[in-house]
Amino acid sequence: MLLIHCPHCNEERPELEFAYAGEAHIVRPNEAEQAEMSDADWSKFMFIRDNIRGDHAERWWHAHGCNMFFNAIRNTVTDKFTMTYKVCQKRPTEHQIKVAKND
Amino acid sequence: MKYSARTLFSQALKGHKNWPEQFPNKEPQKDYDVVIVGAGGHGLGAAYYLAKKYGITNVAVVEKGWLGGGNTGRNTTIIRSNYLFDESAGIYDHAVDLWDGLSQELNYNVMFSKRGVLMLAHNVHDVQSFQRHVHANRLNGVDNKWLTPEECKKFLPILDISQDRRYPVMGGALQMRAGTARHDSVAWGYARAASALGVDIIQNCMVTGIRRGKDGAVEGVETQKGFIGAKKIGVSAAGNTSVVMDMAGLRFPLESYPLQALVSEPVKPVLNCVVMSNAVHAYISQSDKGELVIGAGTDQYTSYSQRGALHILEHTLMSICEIFPIFKRQRMLRSWGGIVDVTPDRSPIVGKTPVPGLYVNCGWGTGGFKATPGAADMLAYTIAHDAPHKINAPFNLDRFVGGRLIDEAAAAAVAH
Ligand SMILES: Cc1cc2nc3c(=O)[nH]c(=O)nc-3n(C[C@H](O)[C@H](O)[C@H](O)COP(=O)(O)OP(=O)(O)OC[C@H]3O[C@@H](n4cnc5c(N)ncnc54)[C@H](O)[C@@H]3O)c2cc1C
Ligand SMILES: [Zn+2]
Repeated sequence: MLLIHCPHCNEERPELEFAYAGEAHIVRPNEAEQAEMSDADWSKFMFIRDNIRGDHAERWWHAHGCNMFFNAIRNTVTDKFTMTYKVCQKRPTEHQIKVAKND
Repeated sequence: MKYSARTLFSQALKGHKNWPEQFPNKEPQKDYDVVIVGAGGHGLGAAYYLAKKYGITNVAVVEKGWLGGGNTGRNTTIIRSNYLFDESAGIYDHAVDLWDGLSQELNYNVMFSKRGVLMLAHNVHDVQSFQRHVHANRLNGVDNKWLTPEECKKFLPILDISQDRRYPVMGGALQMRAGTARHDSVAWGYARAASALGVDIIQNCMVTGIRRGKDGAVEGVETQKGFIGAKKIGVSAAGNTSVVMDMAGLRFPLESYPLQALVSEPVKPVLNCVVMSNAVHAYISQSDKGELVIGAGTDQYTSYSQRGALHILEHTLMSICEIFPIFKRQRMLRSWGGIVDVTPDRSPIVGKTPVPGLYVNCGWGTGGFKATPGAADMLAYTIAHDAPHKINAPFNLDRFVGGRLIDEAAAAAVAH
């Protein structure tokens, strides 16, 4: 079971308290954008995922805790979390991830 | 060497010291007509059918680990074809047709055992949904029938059908054509038969890149053992498909999750069929060695770790004991995990890709062992004809753009 640091509670808690919510930083297009979108664009938004082997930006929900969503960088080979951060924050750069790993 | 009672007898007289190797472990040649990425049952089977049915024998199967070490060697071997939709009936029942004669075809005992798969209904929704499946299956000529609780009990004597339980058995859907097979034999049988027809099987050789020409078409694969030229490439890499497709610049509608299974210590025959329960979320069978073979659910997060969490196994065993309290004192021997590639509609993708010369067979997720011969046959057909067969045509990549999904996820609400 994973141990996950919730950036809202600022505490590390067992995975059982959390629900995984898929790849992070997928922004729902606004109405004006939607009107312009092709089927292929919709497909990308709905179905296409990075599914990378390595550092993955993903969303988690502290369902049985503070009930807040947050984002995380987790390595999908080791399952180790490098960092968690609030949803309003930008996706960390590769450099930031590297620095966080060395911390 | 043809395996038979006579060769077994004559080898026995020689103390079993003269069995020839089943297939040679090859080093790659410079180029091939077709390179298959991934030596699971699907990839090895595709190579076999390419050679056998279409005379394309200049083929290599390139495997990063060892043959059958992926999900083929990690699954709970349930074979059935009672899916809801017409498209699924087509591909899964085609596979069961092929399972039927596979041991003879390969001259290798894959131990396909039609012991029946019994799916238990525990609530009104289950009853309605299973009966809908039974009717849809009948229209498609797929074997599946409805049993009352008493009939379930008659078929599976250890089942408790008292109606005062937390999850009473309100009936069941039984597919008698369904059952299990020996996973390693499937990989080895296809490998041996393909190899005898001239296919090279190259292990410990990870594909690290896909080389494409100016026109965009494939030219070959970069591997740990150097570049291997190929006119056509078939990818059958299960949980790692996204990684391989990325090498050709393609992004796929896939997510890879850990899926676990476990086996108990062996016991005397007690479970005469495969039992599945969607509502309690458990499935179980007994191997010929006597072990109870139990499948768990996926972990909630994507991963390539090939291991899952302990609480998933605890939950699974609780469910098993809920249905079969008789197994409460059973000790578990081993547990393990595989990485399964899941599509948004839980149906596979078998066909062409936007890259000329690149073909794919993936998205079988938690339930593709049963499809092994069918998927392999369809991948071989598609590669040989540069066009899909009518059975796999609906399982194209374009459905995620056009919207014609084959939504078995909603239809079955269960993994297998
Ligand atoms: C625990 C568990 C239980 C399951 N239970 C069932 C069940 O009861 N019934 C059922 O029908 N299905 C079941 N499945 C699903 C089933 O195992 C798979 O759908 C099926 O085996 C896939 O076969 P395959 O040959 O495509 O994949 P695999 O056997 O995984 O073969 C893919 C191969 O590709 C190789 N590969 C990957 N990347 C590369 C690369 N870059 N270069 C070279 N080689 C590469 C891998 O090493 C692997 O050997 C289960 C799966 C698991 C994990
Ligand atoms: Zn919290």
